[in-house]
Amino acid sequence: MSPILGARGGLSASAYGFTSVVAAAVGDYQSIATLSGTGSSGTIAFTSIPNTYKHLQIRASYQCSTTDNPYIRVGGSSIDSGSNYSWHHLYGDGSSALSNGNGSQSFTYFGYSQNTTNPNASVIDILDYASVNKNKTLRTLTGQDNNGGGELAIWSGSWQNSSTAIGSISLITGGNFSTASRFALYGIKG
Amino acid sequence: MPATYESIATHTIPSTTASYTFTSIPATYTDLVLIVNGKNISSDQGLTCQVGTGSIDTAANYSCTYLLGSGTSSASGRFTSDTNGLIGRMGNDNSTSIAHFMNYSNTTTKKTILSRGNNGAYAIAHVVLWQGTTAIDTIKVFNLTSVSFAAGVVLTLYGIKAA
Repeated sequence: MSPILGARGGLSASAYGFTSVVAAAVGDYQSIATLSGTGSSGTIAFTSIPNTYKHLQIRASYQCSTTDNPYIRVGGSSIDSGSNYSWHHLYGDGSSALSNGNGSQSFTYFGYSQNTTNPNASVIDILDYASVNKNKTLRTLTGQDNNGGGELAIWSGSWQNSSTAIGSISLITGGNFSTASRFALYGIKG
Repeated sequence: MPATYESIATHTIPSTTASYTFTSIPATYTDLVLIVNGKNISSDQGLTCQVGTGSIDTAANYSCTYLLGSGTSSASGRFTSDTNGLIGRMGNDNSTSIAHFMNYSNTTTKKTILSRGNNGAYAIAHVVLWQGTTAIDTIKVFNLTSVSFAAGVVLTLYGIKAA
């Protein structure tokens, strides 16, 4: 089992129904772990993320069983579900360019699901995630096109915790992630 | 041991050319990243692509949603049942586009392409759906209105391999 998929709340990663593969560390852009959806869970959880990188990147291709905006929470040894997040986004819905934002949220978004069949894609950068002296910034390029529907969005999110390195990440949808969903976590050396 | 993020191929356009096609792309990666840098022989154009397995899919199996800013206004639009999918922007000034072909080698789902591009006229982002469920091993890159690439355009294709 990959070191970042160790015990969480007394359960192993496999207990959450995820499949994982041990990372192969070559070069300055390294694969840390990859998780797949099960079709019966709406949570993908990376835990025990090492603090030996400068930045993290999650590359995700996924299908949600419901039409909602999947979201992300982070934390140190455990996920922070308090109102410690803020976000802004700029997006296009095929007819207008729009923007909004919100503070004191319990998560920030990383995607948009308007169709349960076609794949969403997100590239999430988590910058200086191991810092213990500044808040953390997440930025995402994401979209889903449905041949007549869909959205393209650029999200900016902040986790208002300056003293804790990110060691845990949860990606959550209101329904389930399909078995074709794949979430790959990479570390970038600095 | 394979590298996680590595260059698959780089091509520099030697003289005015309408398109370039990457072929025989190995299926051994998880995602592809294509970077196109350079300029056209004339003004602002959408940079687009066709993909396929063994050959290029020229049927109306592409759709796209985009978001752009011109410096004075912003807009969003879409193309449906199209014969190509937009992945950036090029002009007669230096332009850069970066496209992510997500989960390109899977053989069960349709494919999504995310991209961002910029030239002297626009900053733009796209999401493209290709209806094919086969692994992509061929990518043709060209301008939407057949405007040729100028000599010196560099196209680099990278593969990213997940654990």
